[in-house]
Amino acid sequence: MTAPSSIAAQASNVVPITDAAKAVRDTRPLRLITCGSVDDGKSTLIGRLLWDTKAVKEDQAAALSRDSGKQNDLGLPDFALLLDGLQAEREQGITIDVAYRYFATDRRSFIVADTPGHEQYTRNMATGASTADLAVLLVDARSGLLEQTRRHATIASLMGIKQFVLAVNKFDLVAYDKAVFERIAHDFKELALSLGVRQVTAIPMSALKGENVVYEGRATMPWYDGPTLVETLELATTRTAAAGGFRLPVQRVSRPGESFRGYQGTVAGGSIKPGDSVAILPSGMVANVKQIVTFDLVRNAAVAGDAITLVLDRQVDVSRGDMIVSLDAQPMTGLAFDAQLVALQPGGIEPGKRYWLKAGTRRQRVQVSPLSQLELASGKWKSHSDTLPMNAIGKVRLSFDETAIFDAYEQNRNTGAFILIDPDTLNTVAGGMISAKRSDLGGIHRDGQRVLLSLPADLADELMASEAFAARRDEADVRRVSAARAAELLGEID
Amino acid sequence: MHSHSSEFDPHRNDPAVKPPLDPHLKALENEAIHIFREVAAEFENPVMLYSIGKDSSVLLHLARKAFFPGRVPFPLLHIDTGWKFPEMIAFRDEMAEKFDLDLVVYTNPRGDSEKISPFTHGSAYHTDVMKTEALRQALDAGKYDAAFGGARRDEEASRAKERIYSFRTPDHKWDPRNQRPELWNLYNGMIRRGESVRAFPLSNWTEVDIWRYIQAENIPLPPLYYAKTRKFVERDGMLMWAEDPRFEPLPGEQVQEGMLRFRTLGCWPLTGGIRSTAATLDEVIAELEIATVSERQGRAIDRDQAGSMEKKKREGYF
Ligand SMILES: Nc1nc2c(ncn2[C@@H]2O[C@H](COP(=O)(O)OP(=O)(O)O)[C@@H](O)[C@H]2O)c(=O)[nH]1
Ligand SMILES: [Mg+2]
Repeated sequence: MTAPSSIAAQASNVVPITDAAKAVRDTRPLRLITCGSVDDGKSTLIGRLLWDTKAVKEDQAAALSRDSGKQNDLGLPDFALLLDGLQAEREQGITIDVAYRYFATDRRSFIVADTPGHEQYTRNMATGASTADLAVLLVDARSGLLEQTRRHATIASLMGIKQFVLAVNKFDLVAYDKAVFERIAHDFKELALSLGVRQVTAIPMSALKGENVVYEGRATMPWYDGPTLVETLELATTRTAAAGGFRLPVQRVSRPGESFRGYQGTVAGGSIKPGDSVAILPSGMVANVKQIVTFDLVRNAAVAGDAITLVLDRQVDVSRGDMIVSLDAQPMTGLAFDAQLVALQPGGIEPGKRYWLKAGTRRQRVQVSPLSQLELASGKWKSHSDTLPMNAIGKVRLSFDETAIFDAYEQNRNTGAFILIDPDTLNTVAGGMISAKRSDLGGIHRDGQRVLLSLPADLADELMASEAFAARRDEADVRRVSAARAAELLGEID
Repeated sequence: MHSHSSEFDPHRNDPAVKPPLDPHLKALENEAIHIFREVAAEFENPVMLYSIGKDSSVLLHLARKAFFPGRVPFPLLHIDTGWKFPEMIAFRDEMAEKFDLDLVVYTNPRGDSEKISPFTHGSAYHTDVMKTEALRQALDAGKYDAAFGGARRDEEASRAKERIYSFRTPDHKWDPRNQRPELWNLYNGMIRRGESVRAFPLSNWTEVDIWRYIQAENIPLPPLYYAKTRKFVERDGMLMWAEDPRFEPLPGEQVQEGMLRFRTLGCWPLTGGIRSTAATLDEVIAELEIATVSERQGRAIDRDQAGSMEKKKREGYF
C-alpha cells in the first residue's frame, strides 16, 4: 500500500547482539498481539513464553496444575489457563476478551495481548491490534492458512502493524516436515505482501513443547536455521511518532496560581524546544514556546510520548481539545474526512446517525456515511452504503459540524486514530483511522467507489491520456463539460 | 483551606542529582500521567483510592507529577477496615501532611456496630463488608464519578482482562463479558449520572517495574516493606503479625520473633509476612529479582477459590 518506513531508521533501533548485556532493558517495551483461529495455540504460546522466560511464579504454577486437573503428556500444566482469566472463559475453554500479559528477557520487556480467535470477537482482536507494534499470526501446521488468517492479517495491517511473525504451530504434529513449513511460509509471505507488509518472519514451532519459542528446536528441526520467536521479538522495532510535525493535543490547562499558565498533554508527534513557533488549532493563533515544564526539571526538549506541560510566551486562548502544533508542519483541518473503521457493537454503524467522535483529546459530533465494506475472504472492497454490521471493516466519510483536526493514520497513529461513541448507549461503537481529508468539490461526486469528475473537455482529454490516470481508470468517471460549466461548479466551492 | 503550591521553581530538582529514567520506566510513567490528566479533565468528581501500599505510593507520586506545578486536584480516599497495621496509618497521615493532600478516611459503620473481625467472621465476610461494601458506601457518599486505583494487570488473571477505564454500573457492578472496547489511548469517559469509572494508570506495570521505579524516583514507603525484628506466629502456612492488642494466639501456637517484612500491605490478620533480612530498598529489590513466588501469595483473599477475584470485582471490590 505505502512504502515501508525507512529501513535505515529502523535499523538504528536494533540493539546489536554484542551490546545486549549493556542494553539490558534499555529500550521501550515491545507491544505485540497474537492472533489466529480457535485452537491454533495462541494461549498456549503465550503461556509458553511466560513459562520459559520465568514470568510464572511458583504459586501461580501450583494453582495452574491444580486448576487444569489432568496434565498433558509432557507433564506440563495447561498454559492456556494462565491467560483465560475469566470464569466464562475457563468454563467454555475459549478466550473471550483480550488479556494483557507481561514478560521480559535480558534484552527487552514485552506487553502481549492475547486475543480471541472466534470471528464474533473480531472487534476484540482490533482492540489488541490498535496499540501493537508487531503481530504474531498463528496457524496450525496441519491446516495451513485459513480465511481467519487472512482476516486477522488484514485487520492487523489496517491498524498499522508493519511487522508480522508467522508461527507455524503444532509442528510436532506434522513430523517436523520442512516442506510443510516452506509451503505455508510461502503462502503467507504472498498474503503479507498483498497487504503491504514487508517485514515477515516465519517460524516453525511447537508452542506445547517449547520448540523455537524461547529455546531453539534444533533437535527436531535441524534444517531450520532462522531465529526463535523471542529472538525475533527482541530485534523488532517499536514505532515512534517522532518524525513529522509537533503535535500536542491539550488535555487540560494548569493554572495553579495567577503567574503560571501551562498546557498539559502527551506529545503525539514530532518534538519541541523552547523558542519554537507553534500554532493553536483550530483557532490558528500563533505563539512561541517559552518553557517545557515537568516535575523533575525544566527541559530543553520534548519528543513524542513525553507527558509535558507547555508554557507559551503570550496570552492565547487555549482549552482542552485544542491541538498545539508546529507552525511549519501542520495537520489537516476541515469538516469532512475519509476514514476506515471497524464496527465494534451489535448495532453496527448507521449512516446519517450523529455519533460522538473522540480523537486525541477532542470530542465532537460527526455523521458517518459508509462507502464500502471490506470482504475479508477475498480482501476486496465492496460498495456498501447501509449500516456497517458488527465486526465489519468499512470505508466511510466523516462529516463534522465543527472543525476537525487530523493527520493521516499512515503518517501518525496518534493523531490519525479515533473512536466513535454512540450517543444513546454511550458505548464505544467503532475504532477508526483517517485516510485523508475530503475535499468536497462540486465537480466531484462519489458513486460507490468511483469518482465523477466534471472537467472542461480539453482538460478531460489531457487527464485521460495521462499515465497516472490510466492506472486508476476504474476509480473515476470523467464527464466533459464546457469551460463555463466547470467554472460555475468551481464557483460553488468558494 | 489549602495554600496553593509555592511559585514554580525551575531548579527544584537538579538533574545532576537524579539520572534520567530508563526508557521502559519513562514510557510507563508517561502513560500513567496521560491517564491521570485525562480522567481529571473528563470527569466531574474523581477520587483516588489510596491503600497505602507500594502501588498506591507510586500512584500518588505519579499524580503529583501529572499535575505539577499544581497540587493533586482530587481527594485521596482510604477505606480503613480498622485492622490495618498502625505503621500504615502513621505513614498515610504523614504523606497527606507532607504533600498537601485532601485525605478522606472512611470506615463502614457496620464494623463498629457488629464488631466485625476477620477472626470471628472470617476473611471473606470481613472483606465483603469492610472493604467492598465500605468502598461502595464511600463512593456513593462522595458522589465520585471516577476512582483511580493502583491495580496492575499482572497481579491476577481477571485483572489481566481489565480495561484502563473500567466501567461500573450505578451499583458498582463490573461486567467482564461486556467491557467497552478500548483502542489506542482513546479512553471513553462518557457515562450517565450514577455510573462511574475505575481508572487504572498502573495497568501495564509489573511488580518489578514498581520496585525499580520506587528506587529510581526515591519514593517513600511504609516501613513494613523493610525487614525488622517483628513478633509473629505461623498460622495456616502464613506468617501472621502478632503485636496488635487484638491478636490472640491459638492453643499451641508459639509467638516467635524474627526478621520479617511484607510484600503487600493490607489488614494484618490477612497479610502474611515473609522471613527476610532485606532492610533497605536495594536489598528488597535484590531479593525480589530472585523471588519465585508471586506477591499475592501472602494474601488470604486470593486463595479462597480460583476466580474469587473476578467474583469480588463483579461485586464492586477494586
Ligand atoms: N501438539 C500440539 N498441541 C498444541 C500446540 N499448541 C497448542 N496445542 C494444543 O491445542 C489446543 C488449543 O490450544 P489453545 O492455546 O487453547 O488455543 P487458542 O484457542 O488459540 O488459544 C490445546 O489442547 C493445546 O494443548 C503444539 O505446538 N503442539
Ligand atoms: Mg486462547
